[in-house]
Amino acid sequence: MRALLRRLSVYLVAAFVALTFSFLLPRVVPGNPVAGAVARASQSGACNAQCVRAVEEQLGFDVHTSLLSQYVQYWGHLAHGDLGHSWSENAPVLSLILSYVPWTLGLLGVATLMSFLAGTAIGVLLAWRRGSWVEWVMPAATFFQAIPYFFLALVLVLVFGQTGTMLRWFPSLYGYDVYSDTPGLNLPFLFSVIGHAMLPAATVVLASMGGFITAMRNQMVTTMDEDFVLVAAAKGLPTARVVWYAARNALLPVVSNFSIAISLVVAGQILVEIVFNYPGIGFHLYDALGKLDYTLVQGIFVVITLVVLAANLLADVVYVLIDPRVRQAA
Amino acid sequence: MTVDGTTLTQIPPLAGAGAEPIAGKARLLRLPRSPKVVAGLGVLALFGLGALIGGWIAPYSPNATDEAGWVQHVLVTGTGPGTNLAANYYPLPLPPSPAHWLGTTVFAQDVWSQLLASTQATLFVGLLAAAIATALSILVGVSAGYLGGAADEGLSLLANVFLAIPGLPLLIVLADYVPSAGSSILLVALIIAVTAWAYSARVLRAQTLSLRNRDFVEAARVTGEGPVRIILVEVLPNLIPIVAASFLFTTLYAIGAYVAIAFLGLAGSPSSSPPGLWNWGEMLRQGFANNAVRGGWWWWWAPPGICIALLGTGLALLNFGIDEFVNPRLRLAGITARTARKAGVRLRASLGATPVLRRARKTSERAGAG
Amino acid sequence: MSEPVLEVRGLSVDYGYGDDAVHAVVDCDLTLRRGQVLGLAGESGSGKTTTAMAAIRLLRSPGVITAGQVLFHPRLASAQSRARAVDVLEADEEELRSLRWSEISVVLQSALNALHPVISIRAQFDDLLEAHRPSLSPGQRLERAAELLEMVGMSGDRLGCYPHQLSGGMRQRVMIAMALALEPQVMILDEPTTALDVVTQREILEELMGLRDRLGFAALFITHDLSLLVELADEIAVMYAGRLVERAPAASLFRAPRLPYTYGLLHCFPPMHGDRSSMEGIPGSPPNLRELPSGCSFHPRCAWAMPICRQKTPRLRDLNGSGRAVACWLHSGEVAIPAELARADL
Repeated sequence: MRALLRRLSVYLVAAFVALTFSFLLPRVVPGNPVAGAVARASQSGACNAQCVRAVEEQLGFDVHTSLLSQYVQYWGHLAHGDLGHSWSENAPVLSLILSYVPWTLGLLGVATLMSFLAGTAIGVLLAWRRGSWVEWVMPAATFFQAIPYFFLALVLVLVFGQTGTMLRWFPSLYGYDVYSDTPGLNLPFLFSVIGHAMLPAATVVLASMGGFITAMRNQMVTTMDEDFVLVAAAKGLPTARVVWYAARNALLPVVSNFSIAISLVVAGQILVEIVFNYPGIGFHLYDALGKLDYTLVQGIFVVITLVVLAANLLADVVYVLIDPRVRQAA
Repeated sequence: MTVDGTTLTQIPPLAGAGAEPIAGKARLLRLPRSPKVVAGLGVLALFGLGALIGGWIAPYSPNATDEAGWVQHVLVTGTGPGTNLAANYYPLPLPPSPAHWLGTTVFAQDVWSQLLASTQATLFVGLLAAAIATALSILVGVSAGYLGGAADEGLSLLANVFLAIPGLPLLIVLADYVPSAGSSILLVALIIAVTAWAYSARVLRAQTLSLRNRDFVEAARVTGEGPVRIILVEVLPNLIPIVAASFLFTTLYAIGAYVAIAFLGLAGSPSSSPPGLWNWGEMLRQGFANNAVRGGWWWWWAPPGICIALLGTGLALLNFGIDEFVNPRLRLAGITARTARKAGVRLRASLGATPVLRRARKTSERAGAG
Repeated sequence: MSEPVLEVRGLSVDYGYGDDAVHAVVDCDLTLRRGQVLGLAGESGSGKTTTAMAAIRLLRSPGVITAGQVLFHPRLASAQSRARAVDVLEADEEELRSLRWSEISVVLQSALNALHPVISIRAQFDDLLEAHRPSLSPGQRLERAAELLEMVGMSGDRLGCYPHQLSGGMRQRVMIAMALALEPQVMILDEPTTALDVVTQREILEELMGLRDRLGFAALFITHDLSLLVELADEIAVMYAGRLVERAPAASLFRAPRLPYTYGLLHCFPPMHGDRSSMEGIPGSPPNLRELPSGCSFHPRCAWAMPICRQKTPRLRDLNGSGRAVACWLHSGEVAIPAELARADL
């Protein structure tokens, strides 16, 4: 438990830092968003003092009190789940984000899981069997790893997407057919969602799998040099068992490095959503950036950070479950 | 965004030479000889050259538009003759031709010239950010590892916190708020470096920790040398392979990050004021924003993407080479499929059945005759 | 003498292929007899572990076996069924698997590395028994595992432990219990006690020898510590630079080494019993296998080296009627043998 509590404290500090940072940045950096919003409001007629006040309130900024009291107020709002008001969507930021999150988590969760499972399995295979075509998988994996997610997305759109110019197999815009389907629990909608998720998911899987392959392969190669794998072979265990003995141990560092993988996959997912206009949190982050909706941008940043920290914690829990040595020290 | 986060993690403590005595001298020579390293260096050299002389060999200015001479114009339907609207034309990008090796954009700009200009800025920002981040990671990682105690706790926490916060969102928020971040290369590099140093710092800390207790460092401490001198003279030189690997890794990350924020329009556009620099991300952004995919104008957006992938592959290959140099086990015991095939061995199962390869041996003669 | 159970004939092993190959073992002959302990001694890098691992085809890449035969004679082999001996070097993977652990088991130097670090002892026993004794029920497997632990002097409730929860001695006991699980004919012990402290080392060795007397397995005991072998082994073979250089009954070898190298080795370790001679050791260091000296590889370090030693490699040859063999020009009969190397056998 101690190891886990230690990690938890790191994540709590990280959350605190991220939230504080998100509070400070718009207030400390010159050219604050209020000025921007006021300027916007002025375009449709002069913005008087009252108007400025209203803008400030809407953004959740109270520039006339001290930074400290603003900070206290900020935490108070957060505690109530109040992330401010989005002017571009004219809705509370939290409820907006809650409507984006399922799209992102669904796509990201399924794609990452598939990529992790397949990548790990391929990595094990690469380390175990050598020669012939296997030798070509590593360079290919390296190449795919080096391709930016959004570029791969563009290529997939070109080749397979309906907005591309070649095969036009899969829809390549939006999360479902926005013209003919009504969101809800109906079959056409579900099929539409699955069809629309094909290309984004394929992008995330292809782009992230190389990392998992390389990591697992390298760990396997190192682990296979260990005596216990040799002894497993000496014991005359079935080959699958021997491979499992090696893979079981090689998996540990891969899981403990999951936080970095998560961070990279999340970054990739944001870009992929943008390319596909996928209605998740990443696309709306981009959208909000374009509309200079700072409150929404910040809210999304805060939520992504918290979700990633929670995912890290989950990976740590998994690690404790699969490594008895940590369990004992705990 | 394009980086495998775990390539560096299996570096064992700098274990001197490996266990088997047979590698010996050959190991030192193997680094430059490995095909991975050669390929990686080749790719880097190519891009480096492109960045250096790009300004001279570029046939046009990246911003130059010549709609009259270059671009096919298409009449907008519903305008022009026969309608009561004035004729309205829009330009169509041209596919590659002798005049424009990589064709033109929808703005009638030369893609090849843009690519050359972009290579320069992309490489520069990537290297600059990586240099800053590496310096930061050495500062934090080595201090944490060497000083230990409360300093280590604090610095490790700092690194772990930065590692836990997702990089791109942080980058986006930073780039979004910092005014005119896009127009200052240094600022962009700095922002990227802030999100990029933590991982290397953690790796370096672990290495320093293991070095700290080695005899030669202990000896230096006993003879009364100061910590700064010990770090500079005894510790740092032994970290060079790791620092090199983490510099490459960080460069890879930094280029990915720069391209990503440029794609999001946060790194300054050449057409904004003050103008930002041409870079691969910006080219992709323009292509994407102007429906280059839908329009089938692959020559516009494919080259920068391929450049990123190639450069990334080159850096990753070089990184592998260093990894294998530091951790010889990754070389799969030095046998490639080719040498095995030449020797007539099928390397199927890699464990549990040592190959038997009977052959006419010259050994006994050699041993007998001496 | 009892009949052979494992015969190594003309085994040669290379590391690497083609011109880069290093000849790690050259033309090695060993005979392990039923129920006996054969000691294999030599400095590190002399090829003793390589020989043993190659003999059971467990040598890692880039190791390649280039010549020889390794004959395993199954249990109850009578004179007429000798033809049924299995050549390990010709066996396919399936044959190897059926041979492994049920007939030949291995105990390595460090049990911490040999036991899987994150799989419980119980599960490791279970995997082993499940693979080789499919008829056993899970309950019977558990029973058998506990019984085995008790056999090596541990309590059966340690089964739930992971290796890191046990002391070094305990881990090695677990490893030995595992090696005995299928009652093999042959056990290969590769420096099984080197990683342990002296007291634990004693305990484990006594335990092992007791088990050998009870269960009757034969052991190939690899060590760099000749003095240890003198007490345990029936016969000792000494390796140098990939070649077998001396082979003799343990007591004879200890009392009367015939080879300058063995003589040097014996004087590296203060003897446990017998007269305390001065410690001389061997000058120089073991040769690099890539750049072996010409002729007899030992000649640069040998006090009695002659011109011929530089030119020709001596072959292992039997010394008349003494049941021992030696590879040294001093014993070719053409020169007078130094007094140190000419003591009476017993």
